[in-house]
Amino acid sequence: MKYSGFKVLWEGLSGNKGWKPLWRNPSPKKSYDIIIVGGGGHGLATAYYLSNKFNITNIAVVEKGWLGSGNIGKNTTIIRSNYLLPQNQPFYEFSLKLWENLEQELNYNSMVSQRGVLNIFHSDSQRDAFVRRGNAMLMSGADASLLGVDELKKLVPFLDFQNSRFPIKGGLWQQRGGTVRHDAVAWGYAKKADSRGVDIIENCEVTNFLVKNGRCFGVETTKGIIKSKKIGVCVAGSSSEVMGKIGINLPIESHVLQAFVSEGLKPLIPGVITFGAGHFYVSQSNKGGLVFGGDIDGYNSYAQRGNLPVIEDVCEGGVALMPMIGRARLLRAWGGIMDMSMDGSPIIDKTEIKNLYFNGGWCYGGFKATPASGFCYAHLLATGKPHKDAKDFLFNRFEKGRLIDEKGQGNQPNLH
Amino acid sequence: MLINHPLLGLRDSSEFIYMGDAKLMNRPSWRSKNIKSKFIEYGYFRKNPAGIHKELWYHEQGDRSWLVVTRNTVTHEILKVELARNLKRKVNAK
Repeated sequence: MKYSGFKVLWEGLSGNKGWKPLWRNPSPKKSYDIIIVGGGGHGLATAYYLSNKFNITNIAVVEKGWLGSGNIGKNTTIIRSNYLLPQNQPFYEFSLKLWENLEQELNYNSMVSQRGVLNIFHSDSQRDAFVRRGNAMLMSGADASLLGVDELKKLVPFLDFQNSRFPIKGGLWQQRGGTVRHDAVAWGYAKKADSRGVDIIENCEVTNFLVKNGRCFGVETTKGIIKSKKIGVCVAGSSSEVMGKIGINLPIESHVLQAFVSEGLKPLIPGVITFGAGHFYVSQSNKGGLVFGGDIDGYNSYAQRGNLPVIEDVCEGGVALMPMIGRARLLRAWGGIMDMSMDGSPIIDKTEIKNLYFNGGWCYGGFKATPASGFCYAHLLATGKPHKDAKDFLFNRFEKGRLIDEKGQGNQPNLH
Repeated sequence: MLINHPLLGLRDSSEFIYMGDAKLMNRPSWRSKNIKSKFIEYGYFRKNPAGIHKELWYHEQGDRSWLVVTRNTVTHEILKVELARNLKRKVNAK
């Protein structure tokens, strides 16, 4: 089904009877060329790029729940490419470029809105760090500009500039960053992958992997055995649980990250704003709710809900940055499970078992990475070699000492 | 979450610093064989179960003791709290 202005007009005049489901609901075949385990954003993106860019169409995506029921459906929807390290920044800039063409490519409105991302700084040393980061961004081909207090007062006049503990000294601004309608990303990728013949099999949990002589040749699922030449696991949040089925230990802890939304308000916040002195970032959804979040709770969890101390901490950060939101009411809070890796960076790599591939460890930055993660994983699955922008996201970086530690915190996942 | 500290009774978990998997108490000896792979395993790899998990909590804003907490990571239910030093003494005595 192709969406267009003409189609909307035609359906409006003919009783909206021509709309069809975006993907089929097939039963699994006996075998495939590639099985993707996990029908979330990254898994569906991988299936889309494999089928549309690498011309491999005999693919199944198997998903334990319903399509897009994990973190693609419950994140804070921010896209940006404002990383520092040379192993990370080109990858995220590649991702941002893919976001920019995503809707035309998928023929699906995922509401990519490049409304800008602003990182506030509060001290001279923080300014130095942000200047360095901005330069790293420019060198990767991304955009970045440093805004002074006068410019900020025009752009975001409601901030607490005179805060005596954390006075605002300026901000690092990326105009091309912004927000995206997160569910629509999963649906758009699913629609386009399905149209090329990819089987998306929902409510189909992988219970084991079929391995013989160190080679993986399929999966056991709740809908029977499915064989495949290659298997790509893409289940961030549950990575350790899934890989644990074949005894692979990962450099990952699972943590819960909470997110929040306020009642709907009139248009108020122009882009995405992050507080430089605490854990708080905010944007405003198209429905008017303030969408905000902060840090992970900090202990291993698969509970998909957090606890009160972090809710208080995030709200305190918000009120310190923009006192006006103290009167907005918190409407909802929820939690998602993150793969927190040992250096804060992801893994897209082969495993020690032949034909079994792994994509995970996204920490709490997986959403913005969705297109590039899918593309680079598809590249690895199709060619057997890492994509040039993801060539450092390997398992062996821990033993080689080539950690990609954006925050410089060492092997303590809850600090990344 | 409330942690039932063996000496101080119920304390709020926000008084503690979380250090993860209690296997970190069992640092490999620098003289053991395969020392490189043992330290890579010790430093970077974790079991990370969905279910019962033994983990280290440090009572930073309290008596600064290290605790080994047995907790269910799916429900956040705390099943057992022990002083890490008592556990370590038991291991060393063997």
